Amino acid sequence: MAEALHNREADDRLIDERISIILRAGMVISAIVIAIGGLLYLLRHGGPVPDYRVFHGIAAPLTSVTGIVHSALQGSSAAIIQMGLLLLIATPVARVLFSVIAFWMERDFLYVVISGLVLLVLLYSLLVHGA
Amino acid sequence: MNTVEFTAILGAGSLLAGFLGALTGLGGGVVIVPLLTLAFGVDIHYAIGASLVSVIATSSGSAAAYVKEGFSNIRIGMFLEIATTLGALCGAFLATRTPTAAIAIIFGLVLLYSAAMSNRKRHDHLAQQPDPLANALRMNSSYPVDGEAVHYGVRRVPLGFGIMFGAGTLSGLLGIGSGAVKVLAMDEAMQIPFKVSTTTSNFMIGVTAAASAGVYLSRGYIDPTLAMPVTLGVLAGSLLGARYLVQARTHILRIVFAVVIAFLGVEMIYNGFTGRL
Repeated sequence: MAEALHNREADDRLIDERISIILRAGMVISAIVIAIGGLLYLLRHGGPVPDYRVFHGIAAPLTSVTGIVHSALQGSSAAIIQMGLLLLIATPVARVLFSVIAFWMERDFLYVVISGLVLLVLLYSLLVHGA
Repeated sequence: MNTVEFTAILGAGSLLAGFLGALTGLGGGVVIVPLLTLAFGVDIHYAIGASLVSVIATSSGSAAAYVKEGFSNIRIGMFLEIATTLGALCGAFLATRTPTAAIAIIFGLVLLYSAAMSNRKRHDHLAQQPDPLANALRMNSSYPVDGEAVHYGVRRVPLGFGIMFGAGTLSGLLGIGSGAVKVLAMDEAMQIPFKVSTTTSNFMIGVTAAASAGVYLSRGYIDPTLAMPVTLGVLAGSLLGARYLVQARTHILRIVFAVVIAFLGVEMIYNGFTGRL
């Protein structure tokens, strides 16, 4: 029993370390993409500041995952920034997905269900509304 | 002013917000919306969108460090994330239906609350009778204090879960991490040691914010040209802040920042009532 408990804590430490790597990598990669898009944007659009005072809502294609990926590949600087922001949003989602897998490997099925529920809510928001 | 100047000024302001937020533990996200709306005249919906993504960036950045040190409790975090993500979805839908003036006033009240909470004395309750639900969910754990593992039990799980739903709703409605409300749930209701509650809260903020991000994105709240300087600025500022945290005398700084936040809160409420936002 004590040994089983010890193993669980050791497993949890390993999960902690991997989660740490996922979060750091996601943060660094998205920051680089945002910075590249930002530089391109400033080089190409040096003129007057857009009007942010009245809310119109950002127009498509920058409001959906597929639209953003499509126009980022065509080199649109705003879409490249948006792509970086998407990677940023995807980082915690990847962390939750990893947790589901890690709890499964630990045979901790209660937490597979718990983290699975969280993943479902996230996917609902991103795929049903953001797709 | 051209876009380069605008981006530079906004980036510098966000950097300062992130730096002070990390030093004082109040988070930089909470001042981004007042900064954008009051100082730059940005519509509150765009401000909330930019703030939300910057909150995800700082959460990932700081959580990466804390998780590794073994302070955060991923089981408590994961369980409570059910409540915060569902709340965040509700909050994001509410944001699309709530009048601007009401959002500004609620925001102001949350700022005042955060300021009041920030200088509160925190004390840990250890060695106590845990909630049977906490046992069933295997939430009780230990954390390192001076190299030794100190065990703690978790209490009043349902109450904490309920408050977390509220924290998630505020996060989705206002585009903030609502760390102050999360800490209320974990410190006061569940009586988790504050080192664990603070770091677990940080860890949860990113997932909570990601739950409302899909709704924000599809409604056009996330403007890349605003979110770029805000996110990079807050992120750089909070990483710098975390680095200086050890040397800095944070006590006076906390009071100063709390006063600034309270002032911004009053300003948001005033502008909400007079309809200037």
